[in-house]
Amino acid sequence: MGSYIARRLLQMLPVLLGVSMLTFALTNLLPGDPARAAAGRHATPQQLEEVRERLGLDRPLPVQYAMYMGRLARGDLGTSLTSRQAVAGELRLFFPATLELLLATMVIAVCVGIPLGVLTATRRGRWPDRAFLGFSYVGVGMPVFFTALLLQIVFAGWLRVLPIAGRLGLETVPPPIYTGIYTVDALLAGQWATLLDALRHLVLPALTLAIAGAAEVGRITRRSMLQALDEDYVRTARAKGLPERTVWQRHALPNALLPTTTVIGLQVAFLLGGTVLIENLFSWGGLGTYAWTGIFRLDIPVIMGITLIATTVYLLVNLGVDLVYARLDPRIRYE
Amino acid sequence: MSSALFRGHDGRLVAGIAIVGLFATMAVAPGLFTSLDPAGLNLEGRLMPPSPAHWLGTDATGNDVFTRIVYGARTTLGTVIAVLAIASLVGIAIGSASGYVGGWLDSLLMRTTDVFLAFPPLILALATNAVLGRGLRQTVIAVAVLWWPAYARLVRGQILAMRRQEFVESARVIGASRIRIIRHMLPNVIDPIIVRASIDAGFVALTAASLSFLGLGAQPPTPEWGRMVAEGQTFLLDQWWVAAFPGVALFILVVGFNLIGEALGDRLTQPWRGSGAAVAGLATENT
Repeated sequence: MGSYIARRLLQMLPVLLGVSMLTFALTNLLPGDPARAAAGRHATPQQLEEVRERLGLDRPLPVQYAMYMGRLARGDLGTSLTSRQAVAGELRLFFPATLELLLATMVIAVCVGIPLGVLTATRRGRWPDRAFLGFSYVGVGMPVFFTALLLQIVFAGWLRVLPIAGRLGLETVPPPIYTGIYTVDALLAGQWATLLDALRHLVLPALTLAIAGAAEVGRITRRSMLQALDEDYVRTARAKGLPERTVWQRHALPNALLPTTTVIGLQVAFLLGGTVLIENLFSWGGLGTYAWTGIFRLDIPVIMGITLIATTVYLLVNLGVDLVYARLDPRIRYE
Repeated sequence: MSSALFRGHDGRLVAGIAIVGLFATMAVAPGLFTSLDPAGLNLEGRLMPPSPAHWLGTDATGNDVFTRIVYGARTTLGTVIAVLAIASLVGIAIGSASGYVGGWLDSLLMRTTDVFLAFPPLILALATNAVLGRGLRQTVIAVAVLWWPAYARLVRGQILAMRRQEFVESARVIGASRIRIIRHMLPNVIDPIIVRASIDAGFVALTAASLSFLGLGAQPPTPEWGRMVAEGQTFLLDQWWVAAFPGVALFILVVGFNLIGEALGDRLTQPWRGSGAAVAGLATENT
């Protein structure tokens, strides 16, 4: 197992190298002059030249790329052209925000989706099944920006029970930074009022993403549960007189969870770089917002840093999914 | 061949085709649904609530929301068709080369798809769109960049599975050229591609609308649903109809696509349902 994981980690390197090249090529194709973006709008031609030279932007692209990779190999993600802060430091600030949203979303999606899928599969064709199928079409088909607006109208506009955007209220003091995830930090520091405020801000964006997530997870669980219930081993289990509950829990569900795991992995991967819209709508200062401003300010090191970290997490999640497979299904062994 | 996919009764398929068909009619002949101008300027009649004259209300420029939704169908459906056409054509070219030629070319092409698949999708689309500039055509390309690797892998899998089949062996024996053999194999790839495209269509529509919502994509005055929702965002609490109805239109279209995609997908993976037996032989691995 250990050597398998090591080999998989090694295989990530060429992919990351490819992603870094693609990002570097793309960002350098962006219309505009990164030196001007860095020097500011009122820079004189002379200042512009200085900035260009200082940042190495006057060198040929392959040289610039090699310089970037050389620094990266030493663990240096470079400095943002516009904020002049270390990209690694800014990522440490923005990544936990996206992670918080992602974890909350996945907890809701999994805790609602899997039980719903099992419940409906074991009551096939009856009303809970039909109701869920209806919900799943709505959940998967709703544009997230539209769901977000609807939830904002209802809960923040009409009912006024939840904040419309942001991570914390204006008068709330942010918790001390341990992880960067506000809810966790507030919990660790024992600041209950801050925790409550952070949770209240988390509800709407997480719910927006979780509606689609729960629909997808539930659909796949239902589908693979139905398939599992058709299998010979389920018939055998029933024939030897096991109670129906045991058949579902011990025999059908573990097999049905394999495709569900894949879908959860895919969702995490998608959300990681796909929260741009939600972060925009809910003023959630995370990776998505950071990427959005980076792209439009021609901030090459920022875009490089974000894609590299998002891709790394994506590849690790994929590896995690495969390892979970091996745990769920003893027939799968990795050498 | 492909007709076998659509034979037999399935409520989802009928409902899905009815929905998509309705929007397709709007796209082809908007004049059948409305006689108003989708992109005029009428500041006196702006932000009017739904009424018999404007039954989905008017927007900030005084245009009839219903009319703009009707004309917007063309933008969205056109985008979806263009994206899927580009993605599947590129996929066929790369996938068949990769699967049939094999060797280093296969490794190179498949590692390339790995890179594209591992790239955070929305960031890739945003960056590509930003590189190409704002506009509908640019958004089509940006979204197609996200989808071609899936088709390349699908086609490659199908070609690999076919390589040892009799008709390919015989073609090889009589000395047919590589290109010619691949041409014999390609018709068998069509059904899986249609199914895959029908499953993807809804998601393509959502992605393109998201980019437009963010301000890329079709530029005003071209009606586009994602953009219309974004424009209505400012008046959300008081003039809710400006943002709500384009969102609902997009939602209904996506549900229509998903119904078709699900029905066709089942036929490929569960051929005993419906009459998909003809395509069952093709439901091999598509990694």
